Amino acid sequence: MGKKSVEMLVGIFVLLGMAGLVFLALKAANLGTFSGGDTYTLRAYFDNIGALKVRAPVRSAGVTVGRVASIKLDPKLYQGVVELAIQRDVQFPTDSSLRILTSGLLGDQYIGVEPGASEKMWAPGDEIKHTQSAVVLESLISQFLFNKAADAGAAPAPAASSPGGGKK
Amino acid sequence: MSEAIAAVGRRTLEVLRILGHHATFFLDLLRACPAALRRPYLVVAQIHAIGNLSLVIILASGLAVGFVLALQMYYALVTYGAAESLGLIVNLSLTRELGPVVTALLYAGRAGTSLTAEIGLMKAGEQLAAMDMMAVDPRSRVLAPRFLAGIVSMPILAILFSSIGILGAYVVAVLLIGVDAGNFWSIMQSGVDVRRDIGNGIVKSIVFGFICTFIALYQGYEAEATPEGVAHGTTRTVVISSLGVLMMDFVLTALMFSTP
Repeated sequence: MGKKSVEMLVGIFVLLGMAGLVFLALKAANLGTFSGGDTYTLRAYFDNIGALKVRAPVRSAGVTVGRVASIKLDPKLYQGVVELAIQRDVQFPTDSSLRILTSGLLGDQYIGVEPGASEKMWAPGDEIKHTQSAVVLESLISQFLFNKAADAGAAPAPAASSPGGGKK
Repeated sequence: MSEAIAAVGRRTLEVLRILGHHATFFLDLLRACPAALRRPYLVVAQIHAIGNLSLVIILASGLAVGFVLALQMYYALVTYGAAESLGLIVNLSLTRELGPVVTALLYAGRAGTSLTAEIGLMKAGEQLAAMDMMAVDPRSRVLAPRFLAGIVSMPILAILFSSIGILGAYVVAVLLIGVDAGNFWSIMQSGVDVRRDIGNGIVKSIVFGFICTFIALYQGYEAEATPEGVAHGTTRTVVISSLGVLMMDFVLTALMFSTP
């Protein structure tokens, strides 16, 4: 086999490897989903971020509009500070609220944006205090059991049971 | 009693001698690499022999592994109603572990053995000695190009193995079973990180390329210059490379992925 054709074949081999790398990076991993350039940053304060992770999606009406860029603890307020990278072409009114939600019963957590009705929009770098923490399953269960126990103590006769099961 | 203690000592010295032999061979090899880089065509020709000719077996195995992984994982996941995570699990298993490791094992069997046999026969036919006589350093002319070619080829082969495995999983999961294509890709994309998963997988495959090629060259170069010697060397190449890769994989996984 000539020198030229060997070089040709090796060139094809190397290019194939590069194509594989591009496929892995863009199609099979998160590099292609958000190119960092055209986003702006918002800071949100949560009492409890639950199991939220960096790079978790930010969704509004189920549509992914951004990513969690970083998570820190505010040393004075003892609140979780979550930096959000939102796509530049998506803007939310200043009275919108953020919630930490879970996709599916046991899925990953993400941030849901409930848009408000204000005329003014959040500007890059704004701080958001109007948030709702993640639901922690343990506290939910203990609250439920506590309510049950309180109901049972208050009304031992089943006929006199109040509609207390619904209140939390 | 004293005989037993002497046997332990003899064994220890033997192990140390072999280790030292490997180390000096390795240093010689590194010293010969710059000279090989001055003649890039030698390296290119070896990439053809090592990489291109291993491509078919790598692609075929990658496709088969992707098929089987998707099928097995589907039956496990569907009982938990999580069949959409199939793509993520297949991708992480391939890019983190199976891609680099299975590629290295196949490489040891396909390319490592041929390297050992080739160099062992060159030695048996006194070609290496003849080169030395002509003041051509066989290390920089024969060994170093093969070493560099192995280190270049292994990551490319591992990347292609993982890529075609993911495509194979896509074929089985989406086209045959009917998992939703959008979920298959989007859950994969949100769960796989370029640097952490794919980058570390490539680092792994570079290390494995290093190990497999070095062992193949050493076994060939140090093989006894007889037919049995070459046969032994070839066998040892496969055994030692495979064990080395599996051990090293555990160490690398512990270092790379121990933190969540």
